[in-house]
Amino acid sequence: MNTNLLPFVLFMSFVIVANRPLAVPQAQVQPRRIVSLIPAVTEMLFALGAGDRVAAVSNFDKFPPEVEKIPRVGALLDPNLERILSLKPDLVVVYHSQEDFRRQLDRAKIPTYIYTHAGLADVTATIRSVADRVGRGDKGRELATRIESQLGEIRRRAAGRPRPRTLIVFGRENYALRGIYASGGRGFIHDMVTLAGGDNVFADVQREAVQATSELILSRRPEVILELRADPLTPEEESKELAVWGQLASVPAVRNRRVHLVVDARTVIPGPRVAEGVETIFSRLHGGR
Amino acid sequence: MRPIQRRLGSTLALFGGLAAAAIVLGPLAGSTSISLGNVVDRSMPFEQNVDAQIFFVARLPRTLAGAMVGAMLASAGVVFQGLLRNPLATPFTLGVSAGAALGAMLAITFGASLAWLGLPLAPLASFAGSMCAVAVVYLLAGARHRGLSTNVLLLAGVTMNAFFSALILFVQYFADFAETFRILRWLMGDLDISSYQPLVTALPLVIVSFAIFAWLARPLNLLSLGTDAAETRGLDVTRAQRAAFFSASLATGAAVSVGGPVGFIGIIVPHLVRLLVGSDHRIVLPASALFGAAFLIACDAVARTIMAPLELPVGVITALIGGPFFLWLLVRRA
Repeated sequence: MNTNLLPFVLFMSFVIVANRPLAVPQAQVQPRRIVSLIPAVTEMLFALGAGDRVAAVSNFDKFPPEVEKIPRVGALLDPNLERILSLKPDLVVVYHSQEDFRRQLDRAKIPTYIYTHAGLADVTATIRSVADRVGRGDKGRELATRIESQLGEIRRRAAGRPRPRTLIVFGRENYALRGIYASGGRGFIHDMVTLAGGDNVFADVQREAVQATSELILSRRPEVILELRADPLTPEEESKELAVWGQLASVPAVRNRRVHLVVDARTVIPGPRVAEGVETIFSRLHGGR
Repeated sequence: MRPIQRRLGSTLALFGGLAAAAIVLGPLAGSTSISLGNVVDRSMPFEQNVDAQIFFVARLPRTLAGAMVGAMLASAGVVFQGLLRNPLATPFTLGVSAGAALGAMLAITFGASLAWLGLPLAPLASFAGSMCAVAVVYLLAGARHRGLSTNVLLLAGVTMNAFFSALILFVQYFADFAETFRILRWLMGDLDISSYQPLVTALPLVIVSFAIFAWLARPLNLLSLGTDAAETRGLDVTRAQRAAFFSASLATGAAVSVGGPVGFIGIIVPHLVRLLVGSDHRIVLPASALFGAAFLIACDAVARTIMAPLELPVGVITALIGGPFFLWLLVRRA
């Protein structure tokens, strides 16, 4: 071979080898060190009896109480790759939108489970899928079926009742009616309230979140306002936050004192306790505490 | 009557009419169609009268807020441009809006359980933040020279903008997803106050700043000749500069605490007004205030209706208009 060609051939070989498609790591049947960046999936893992295999959780995990002792490694916006790698995981549960982070994990040859956030029906689908992934398939199917029958039972109880027009607020500024974010006609919060017998006033808006201005709220005339919150409030804070709605006194829900602060993390986490969350919503929608 | 008074009278009549028309027509625009007949119908009780509710609770405070914020930002823009002798100066050049943004961010991220005097925290915090920024800039500018050096003022303002922006990024690290989103939306401007309370609270600040603006008209004319020339004509330059700086900062801080930092009003309106009426501050100042009110009401009406039933933040509309306008201004001057 002409020696002038040799460097070229070596160089081209190097280029070809360096750019070969990365092999996706083979999924293992029973991952033993799981890192979960999604609180809902952490709850699922514990409910499936795989809690002892959880090596790290996200900064926002609060349930079950056992997560207090588990190391934290960041969340959606700031997953700490170094910490995760140092824990030598064999499965990392990531958000679908964390594309760069997933590529980094692929390069480190760590298997990932990709979580997509969607509607209520996807909660049980995810439970089954996560269960299969960690080798607890039977338990997963059992859990999912139980949740589905609980939800079906609530749907039946709601069937005969009147459906109040409901505004579902999941975020706003403290002690002010500014920056109100309400659930649109998509997403699991909308699904939960619809199942529990409420008529989402923004059901026609094909988005998960709607910025509800005062004109929108006044024109949609909700009969019930549900403010979903995960963190507890003191009674004083609660009464102050409720009093703020007096600014829109002519809204039917405010007039008839049907503004409810639903302080229940189960209503905002699409995890295994979602049926209990829907039960809470049901009881607030149809009167009684 | 002297010519200047005649011109002032006719200009005020024209722009005042424009502002009045905007205030009257503003509440009629919106994503929901309402009938004016129902709005004024006294026979229906207010609780059942949705049209009247929308008009008086949602739209009218919003229109008045647009008038107040527009008037304050436009006239503050005129004053800053006169003070800095630079037609590209805006009310936000000297760090006022960065200070306000930092205050609002701190309130939104950390002020979860604080509500002082039953008033929401974000407007108060943003006003406090803007006044802090103003104080720092003023101290920096006045430190070396006996008077107020406009060069140092500009540099201090730009530096404060950068520093506060860095602090904002730092605070943003501690904010969770929802708070970050809320802060971003605040930065785009939001006139949906749904009550007259913020206007009443801001009213004393408006009166004070406008009173000082009225006094500032002639001094600003003299300042535009240069500080030395102004001194030879008998102007107390330092006092005029201080008055201009504080009154314009006060107006900007108050405007930002009501509606967030709505951009480009402070540069579009003064320049459009100058194109129409010339450069005499005795006419430009009141005309800008009135035109600013009308302009922001119009922008807000567009923001509310263009993507109904969703509402765009008003700052998006002013930026969409303002960006190309700013470029045109730069090109024209070159």
